Amino acid sequence: MGGVAVGDRIYRGVTTLAGLAIVALLLYIAVEVFTGGWPVFRKFGLGFLTSSAWDPVHDVYGAAPAIFGTLVSSAIALVIATPLAVGTAVFLSELAPRWLGQPIAFLVDLLAAIPSVVYGLWGIFVLEPMMRDSIAPFLQNTLHLGGLPIFDGVSYGPGMLAAGIILAIMILPYISAVTREVLMAVPRSQREAAFALGATRWEMIRDAVIPGAKSGIVGGIVLGLGRALGETMAVTMVIGNAPTISASLFASGYTMASIIANEFAEAAGLHISALLAIGATLLAVTLVVNVLARWLVARVGVRYT
Amino acid sequence: MTTPEPLAAPAPLPRPPEPAALKAIGTTVRQPAANAGTGEVILDVTGLNAYFGAQHAVRQASIAFREREVTAIIGPSGCGKSTLLRCLNRMHETVPTARVTGRIEFHGQDLYGPGVNPIEVRRHIGMVFQRPTPFPTLNIRDNVAAGFRALPRHRRPARDEIDARVEEALRGAALWDEVKDRLKTGAIALSGGQQQRLCIARALANEPSVILLDEPTASLDPLSTQKIEELVYALRQRFTVIIVTHNMQQAARVSDRTAFMLNGELVEVSPTGKLFTTPSDPRTEAYVTGRFG
Repeated sequence: MGGVAVGDRIYRGVTTLAGLAIVALLLYIAVEVFTGGWPVFRKFGLGFLTSSAWDPVHDVYGAAPAIFGTLVSSAIALVIATPLAVGTAVFLSELAPRWLGQPIAFLVDLLAAIPSVVYGLWGIFVLEPMMRDSIAPFLQNTLHLGGLPIFDGVSYGPGMLAAGIILAIMILPYISAVTREVLMAVPRSQREAAFALGATRWEMIRDAVIPGAKSGIVGGIVLGLGRALGETMAVTMVIGNAPTISASLFASGYTMASIIANEFAEAAGLHISALLAIGATLLAVTLVVNVLARWLVARVGVRYT
Repeated sequence: MTTPEPLAAPAPLPRPPEPAALKAIGTTVRQPAANAGTGEVILDVTGLNAYFGAQHAVRQASIAFREREVTAIIGPSGCGKSTLLRCLNRMHETVPTARVTGRIEFHGQDLYGPGVNPIEVRRHIGMVFQRPTPFPTLNIRDNVAAGFRALPRHRRPARDEIDARVEEALRGAALWDEVKDRLKTGAIALSGGQQQRLCIARALANEPSVILLDEPTASLDPLSTQKIEELVYALRQRFTVIIVTHNMQQAARVSDRTAFMLNGELVEVSPTGKLFTTPSDPRTEAYVTGRFG
């Protein structure tokens, strides 16, 4: 009898330790990153986040270009991925026959399994030439959008738009999977109620399915945003890596993640601290975004009766 | 410590002698309405078969529903009564692998004929389900007006007219007095019985001529059930009502005519009083006297 109690106590102790270790690890990483970046925060203050000077040679650091690049590339990704992902999810959960829906759902999920570096390679060898030779000329000459600041200038291939497109493909499966799940959580009785009132399939989706799933869909989008903000490898390979702020989406840029990946190897002294400070900022932002996403998805439990 | 007094048995009330079948279900049958059996046939079902994949849910059913009558469809679980009901407004086919053969004439027009739009059929033949299905993100008014949202823009009534028709529908469903001061609050705040009457109002707002009720009180308490039954009785003034129920007392209380189904087969269709007192089929008698099912 005593043996059972001892085994129980050991089991309890080991699992508690494992649980606590995760918390400790997260805290440890956060503390290390913040203290590592502290010298830069102390020297430049909040100006570090707003200054656009990034000059390792003269040890002057401002994170604004990286923050700008992260926000803009993620925004492009969301604008492109959201309609595609929600459309895919609606098709898969409401319209597709089983034999077609299941393989497509599997392929969409597979997009999430492709390694980041492979997306980057595809970006360099397929997307960048396409950007230079087809997409930019199409936007500027065919649609005559060249007058807009965002489509101004010459595209050499790499740049903010290329990064946004790569990110869009990478976050699509996340938004689509969450959306599909919350759509399928809407009870069949809601769909029947709409049909019985004389709704077409489209009206049924609009009036009975989407409203109940709305907060979950927004949660999926925010989850996608979280992935886009932190994505490193593929973005570093196609964004052009220049610490500048330009209105044109064809221009090169930097993101918080890509500046760290690109420069840590040759950094020393305050430069390291600056990269850690960017890391700390990115950590804080992604943490907030992920918590928000989880909260939104958890809130999806709309009561139906 | 005292031993509780045994409860005194109540003196039995003098009752008129009842046929055995009625005694078994413990209720009395309403007198059929004066117009029962004299209305025009509004829905005429001939040789109807309904399937889910290979499962044959309704077999060769033929039944005529008359205008401004309440017809109850009774039978044990899984006998196909809900499926039969769902064929009448073409809801059956919204389930994958579902199939229908046979003929259903609505005012003489075949509902399954070529060129018939199921969307239009469902506007003329409304339906209310077993569990209340209010739209949780809409308020009370918008729930009742939900059918108008599904109309093409040029057929959608103006705002004032929608308000008037919402009120009329809520009055029709005996819910207006309870909700008139809170039309803008969420429909979810209503009780289950109120939600079900809201769903009836929502169906009425489309101004259908037939209302299908699929076990509308199955999820409700006795008081709410009674209100719905009174409502069904009143709806008969203006609508043809077809109600599926597994509750024989309910069928006896609200309907003019009752149909009994067993294993997908329509065994007997008779005036309600006759079906419960002198059924013509031995299977009906066995069911209404509680010998199975």
